[in-house]
Amino acid sequence: MRPSWRMRTACGRRAGDTLFDSRLALGNFPSTFEIKRVGSNSVEAFEKLKLLSRATLAFIFKEGVIVAADSRASMGGYISSQSVKKIIEINPYMLGTMAGGAADCQFWHRNLGIKCRLHELANKRRISVTGASKLLSNILYSYRGMGLSVGTMIAGWDEKGPGLYYVDSEGGRLKGTRFSVGSGSPYAYGVLDNGYRFDMTVEEAAELARRAIYHATFRDGASGGVASVYYVGPDGWKKMSGDDVGELHYKYYPVVPTPIEQEMVDAPAA
Amino acid sequence: MALRRDWVYENNGGTCVAIAGSDYCVIAADTRLSVGYSIYTREFSKICNLADKCVLATSGFQGDMKALQKNLAARHLIYQHQHNKQMSCPAMAQLLSNTLYYKRFFPYYTFNILGGLDSNGKGCVFTYDAVGSYERVGYSAQGTGAGLIIPVLDNQLKSPSPLLLPAKDAVTPLSEAEAVDLVKDVFASATERDIYTGDKVEIVVINASGIRQELMELRKD
Repeated sequence: MRPSWRMRTACGRRAGDTLFDSRLALGNFPSTFEIKRVGSNSVEAFEKLKLLSRATLAFIFKEGVIVAADSRASMGGYISSQSVKKIIEINPYMLGTMAGGAADCQFWHRNLGIKCRLHELANKRRISVTGASKLLSNILYSYRGMGLSVGTMIAGWDEKGPGLYYVDSEGGRLKGTRFSVGSGSPYAYGVLDNGYRFDMTVEEAAELARRAIYHATFRDGASGGVASVYYVGPDGWKKMSGDDVGELHYKYYPVVPTPIEQEMVDAPAA
Repeated sequence: MALRRDWVYENNGGTCVAIAGSDYCVIAADTRLSVGYSIYTREFSKICNLADKCVLATSGFQGDMKALQKNLAARHLIYQHQHNKQMSCPAMAQLLSNTLYYKRFFPYYTFNILGGLDSNGKGCVFTYDAVGSYERVGYSAQGTGAGLIIPVLDNQLKSPSPLLLPAKDAVTPLSEAEAVDLVKDVFASATERDIYTGDKVEIVVINASGIRQELMELRKD
């Protein structure tokens, strides 16, 4: 049954009305949109939307929240950008991560920032992380089934201390202490779960996050670029580091010169 | 093509390129309009002057391009009436992003590059996908020839990522004349290997003294 939600966006047609063909029959055109959707109302592919691949992670520990992400965006097999900002600053004490469709994430995070500010103005106090994540998740739930692709984590510090929620475009919203989202997440989880302790210092936690993102970019082709690490504490968020993952590789696995066993030298001229 | 009720788009081909410098911005697009294997015209401009410091180049479906340009030009006129000044390039960039996203479920089939000077006089280039995701970059190419052009621009112009911490300076070291030459070279190369790119390239340069335009001939085959 197609849900009868009204579309909030101007001049949008109901997703169920239009039937887009799943292939562009005209040939090999690069970089258009693939708005693939599962479900009976087929608003299917064009080509490839810009997708934020993906290795993003966040975890809560004793001192606050660490949020980290890579910076690669892909369109199918083509890397459309290596410098995408996947950690967006909703306000000085709350961060959101982006994975999934780039435009969807950017637009709805910006919208969330507006709503949070309106809440502050209307209620004379900052919005909680719980509230912000619920605002976003309700919006995404109302577009459920229409093809949005958003997998985000809202991390922040409010009156109750550190808060972390995972929100996605299926309408799911989970509270938790450790999350990783994206195609690189299995690799990031491996490193993160292994090294996690609740009572780490801020530097240890940042280093763990950096390693986890690095390992995700190492093994996942869709992740790469710059690994950014942010820390959210009682005074708000602070960017801890931004490192090119290529250089992180040589930092973690420096090239050891192999001992030369047999050296070839030119024969002396006869 | 438009005879099918379930496929209302067309790709008219073409390529757009933009390069941002320390006090200039170069935006260029070819002038060929094609459908399938036919060329409709050799003199079609894909560039639109939205404001005196802001220029939009679009490739993709030119019907949607025209609609989008009209939409943005009208919004800009309203802004000028309300605020008594021209829109800055970063403001126009966000307006374009929102305009594209409002049609998220029936998109404009357009691949845009917005180029101009920001309020400090530095060159800025914003690159978009079809539904409004955007990013400020130092250079960009969109369209059918983009895959041929971007690697060359990466080689010549790649600068440290703005996400690095400690931050590294990311200004394109080229002068305006060198950037224009690079654009000409890059279009000439793309024309060799992309059937949808050719005929002429329209190059627009924005700097502190205004907007300047030139046309260069390309291969017509």
